[in-house]
Amino acid sequence: MNSCRHLPSRREALIGSGALFAWTQMPKLARAEGRDPRMLVIVLRGALDGLGAVAPVGDPDWIGLRGDRALVLDGRTPALPLDSFFALNPAMPNLHRLYKARQAAVVHATATSYRERSHFDGQDVLESGLARPGAIDTGWLNRALLALASDGRVDPRGGRAIGVGPVTPLVVRGQAPVMSWAPQQLLPASDDTQARLLDLYRHTDPRLAVALEGRMRLAALGRAGGMDDAKPNTAQLPPPGIARVRAYFAEAAGTAARYLARPDGPRVGAMGFVGWDTHINEGAAMGQLANLLGALDGALAAIETNMGESWRETVVAVITEFGRTARINGTDGTDHGTGTVAFLAGGALQGGRVIADWPGLKAVDLYEGRDLKPTIDLRSVLKGLLKDHLRVDENALASTVFPGSADAKPTAGLVG
Amino acid sequence: MGHSTKAEAALALHRFGMGPRPGSIAAIQSDPRGALMAEVDRPRAGAMAAAGLPSSTQAFRTVADANAERQARQIVVARAQKEAERQRTAAAPSMAEGTEQAANDMAARMAAEAVPDPGRPIYLNEAKARIDAALGAEIGFAERLVWFWSNHFCVSADKIQSMSGAYEREAIRPYVLGRFADMLQAAESHPAMLFYLDNAASMGPNSIAGINRTRGLNENLAREILELHTLGVRTGYTQDDVIHFANVLTGWTLLPAADNPEHGGEFTFNRRLHEPGPQRIMDKVYEDTGVEQGRSVLRDLAAHPSTAKHVATKLVRYFIADEPPPELVERLAKAFRDTSGDLKEVTKALVASPEAWALPCTKLKRPSEWVVSMVRSTGIAQVDAVRFTAGQGLLGEPLWRPPSPKGYADDEATWIDGMGRRLDVANNFAERVAGRIDPNYIMETVLASTMSGEVTQAVARAESRQQALALLFMAPEFQRR
Repeated sequence: MNSCRHLPSRREALIGSGALFAWTQMPKLARAEGRDPRMLVIVLRGALDGLGAVAPVGDPDWIGLRGDRALVLDGRTPALPLDSFFALNPAMPNLHRLYKARQAAVVHATATSYRERSHFDGQDVLESGLARPGAIDTGWLNRALLALASDGRVDPRGGRAIGVGPVTPLVVRGQAPVMSWAPQQLLPASDDTQARLLDLYRHTDPRLAVALEGRMRLAALGRAGGMDDAKPNTAQLPPPGIARVRAYFAEAAGTAARYLARPDGPRVGAMGFVGWDTHINEGAAMGQLANLLGALDGALAAIETNMGESWRETVVAVITEFGRTARINGTDGTDHGTGTVAFLAGGALQGGRVIADWPGLKAVDLYEGRDLKPTIDLRSVLKGLLKDHLRVDENALASTVFPGSADAKPTAGLVG
Repeated sequence: MGHSTKAEAALALHRFGMGPRPGSIAAIQSDPRGALMAEVDRPRAGAMAAAGLPSSTQAFRTVADANAERQARQIVVARAQKEAERQRTAAAPSMAEGTEQAANDMAARMAAEAVPDPGRPIYLNEAKARIDAALGAEIGFAERLVWFWSNHFCVSADKIQSMSGAYEREAIRPYVLGRFADMLQAAESHPAMLFYLDNAASMGPNSIAGINRTRGLNENLAREILELHTLGVRTGYTQDDVIHFANVLTGWTLLPAADNPEHGGEFTFNRRLHEPGPQRIMDKVYEDTGVEQGRSVLRDLAAHPSTAKHVATKLVRYFIADEPPPELVERLAKAFRDTSGDLKEVTKALVASPEAWALPCTKLKRPSEWVVSMVRSTGIAQVDAVRFTAGQGLLGEPLWRPPSPKGYADDEATWIDGMGRRLDVANNFAERVAGRIDPNYIMETVLASTMSGEVTQAVARAESRQQALALLFMAPEFQRR
């Protein structure tokens, strides 16, 4: 442990969730159409306040609901207009620019099928794709990959790679092999030591063998492409606080994009960012939430930049387990709620619009009198992306990827 | 008996303890179960040496004082700068404003840096004491219980760094072999928890302060007590129960540091914040008896059969198997119910269960437990806290910084993909100790030749001592329990 160059910090705490977990096959049907689609799913853990991210400034009840905490077009930090009704949090100028270029869209008043308010059950439903929480060990993205005919591995030398990194997010756990990247800060063991250990595992513990193989495959891919992150990170750390979170989001997302952009890199990836549970002093316009959304905005910009040419074949979906209470709580924050937003971005998107069936904000319109009522099933949106972008079979989407979701038809026309 | 006594001693140390140290297998092999029972029967089991460590409220005040001093220095510097600027502008009105501003910012920053943050050294001293306790314990069963309960009732140093270590010493350690109800009361009324889960600022909408300040309720603590600390998720409570319980807990807060040089940071029940009136929670009405209203809800939650089942399930998952065998869970839950949550009896019921000794070693050690067992096997009893906590962070389990109030997970799926990182850490540690630690000594003496033939062969054939040690630490029998 003597090459740890700096003190532990929030940065390390975030590493587990910031790692990229990716699939290294090429989708066959899309390839037959002459496309080479990329898809990245970002899970915001902690429940994003959708109303604090994208404000319904045209709703007559908006100001009444949030008072001086409401984002408005003429506030100190004016919200960025999306259309005549919705406006984006001012901390997200990059997303706004993409939206104007029709390369980003917002889905509002959306939720999974989960209607309770436990983060952990909510995240399980969001990531598993099952209708209800319970015993779950695979995620919808992984099952979608299983349903996708492969046109071969991106790296033909390869064996099967599987996730490495401290914590694999549920959304990509499952049968389809995925690999991972996380910021590397220790000198790795030698190839010989790894080979000997792998031999030992193959004779004694196949599960550990599979885990170790994944890491070795990834290291080989990184080296081949000059992306050797094996050297300890000696770059100076940014200052503590939100600047470090911004830097971390940008580094994690930007590196994910560099992998996805490579001709022999993965085509589908997933990562998570924590910190969205804004119970206290939420600060949508200028505080905590604005800072986090700004960091997310920077991550999206880093993805766009690092995807390069491949950006036009890319879709990024940013999703969260549920929303927050429509009203501000007693401590200038918001408690666990229901309906929220999802952000979609990428050159492949039919963007420039807010997709919503607005439920209204009057007390009678709120879910259980307290939360934004969900009117769009998030599974429909995700199914629409998987179907039209990656060409996952619609029957598989309704049966194995999102079981029991036949009524939630895939949203048409999101990409193309 | 299927196991040799040496193998059973090794199982006791890996599964229930912090891993074998030189001499520990020999010390307990005549009666491994008895040795575990004796450790939990020891007076003050769970306590640790904490000389010189500040209490949570002392630590809180120290940090608050430093913050106040830093702020004051910044103000003084800003004033002086402003005055200098005023005089200069009078003399030469065309002075460039941007440069002036930058100089001011720089001066203010330097003034702030002159007052270092005492929270970080407090955290490291606490970490050091905790690591020393884990390395120094004969078996480490009581320490494992501390780690389990501290994770069950977790707080995060990301939010309350100064108190995170003292919280464990004050609210967890005294009770790990005592009554669950007492630990629950201690944890939920501890200032670190009230701050971490936002209750400190929660006020009843109809309380005096709530009316005057038009602020109000925060549901966070109430929900997590029900969902994570006691009953468990989906056990029948409703959103209304959460709100009513949050009302009950209004007024549970801490004294602000600013005007309380002696008592800032201590728990207080502030009636001005408390929602007046009775509250109905899970079909029982709790009259407004002030702080006692919350205490009685916690008492009932501690005695609820769902809590017994929740706690029993988590204990079995932590010590024995990712998929807890239902009969074993029920046996522990029954012990919990029959003894009104006497955790020593529940713990003993676990040790006395045949499954605890018969089930195969499928559980992956969590990263921190694995690192501790690695260090213990070498006989090293002192480590550098900065390096050690950095290693915990790299492995995805930074000390007292769980990603959510649920704490760190206990299942293989969460941790197995971190094998690559573990290998890097093992390799690095092996590199540092290979000059003085003989792998054969660990294999034959410390582990008493309990490793499989495959591991023994791999270690014997390694190209270097360093590689041998890395392979040993990464061996399945060293990682699984």
